[in-house]
Amino acid sequence: MNGWKRSGRGVKARLVASLEVQEAAVLRGLIGEVRQMLTDRTDDNPADELTVLTGLRTGPSTRPDDRVLARLLPDFTTEDADLAAGLRCLHEPALIEAKAAAAATVLETLPESGGRVELTPEQADAWLAALNDVRLALGIVLDVSEDMPDELPPEDPRAEHIGVYHWLTFVQDALVQTLMPLR
Amino acid sequence: METMAVPLPAPTRQVDPVIAEDSVADTPWQAIVWNDPVNLMSYVTYVLQKLFGYPEPQATALMLDVHHKGRAAVSSGDKDKIETDVAKLHAAGLWATMQRS
Repeated sequence: MNGWKRSGRGVKARLVASLEVQEAAVLRGLIGEVRQMLTDRTDDNPADELTVLTGLRTGPSTRPDDRVLARLLPDFTTEDADLAAGLRCLHEPALIEAKAAAAATVLETLPESGGRVELTPEQADAWLAALNDVRLALGIVLDVSEDMPDELPPEDPRAEHIGVYHWLTFVQDALVQTLMPLR
Repeated sequence: METMAVPLPAPTRQVDPVIAEDSVADTPWQAIVWNDPVNLMSYVTYVLQKLFGYPEPQATALMLDVHHKGRAAVSSGDKDKIETDVAKLHAAGLWATMQRS
């Protein structure tokens, strides 16, 4: 993966990159894991009879206990606990759906064995959101701070994973830079 | 001043509490984006341009406010609009909340 290139103009504009087989496997694995966490959250909150009858979905009113999910699905407000609970019920199902759809776009457009990826600007937006979710998840797990070094000392248990985090940062940043002039 | 013979005029009219309540209800809400060690400066700028149609210099200025001051109000309006804005910011992965301005 040497970054992204633009090809075509207007409605034919595409974002193009080439991923190694290992890169594709790592990315597909992480995207799939985050999507699974999100769908598990939905499955933990099955639709009740009223929901089935009315078609109006509501989510849980409480923030996830899991730190990663809590970051992916933040509270709407910190000032009013009742309002935060109500807004979570109302918006969380659609938020999970949007994130799962972005993840699905990546999995559909990224060949399992790597190789050429060619995205419309809309698909590129989905990639940005899904890459960001994976980086947020890793950021929580690896306790990433603003001044994270490129490499950690070998005795640090996070050392072997930080490279993946930095690689995802590169993939996302390069895609933003390539996409920005198309806006 | 305390010895002044002429008393200050008494208020002729009390503030109508109904009006005061209305003005609270009309107070616009704000969507706040908070600084986060993961989200990229380039991506935050891009999201603000895309979601709100801000020109690049405005989006960059807001992003820098988030980065340096820890937070920035990125949009304001009635409660429904700000609720929608925060939902979009969450979908993009930004750390956002809403509050009365």
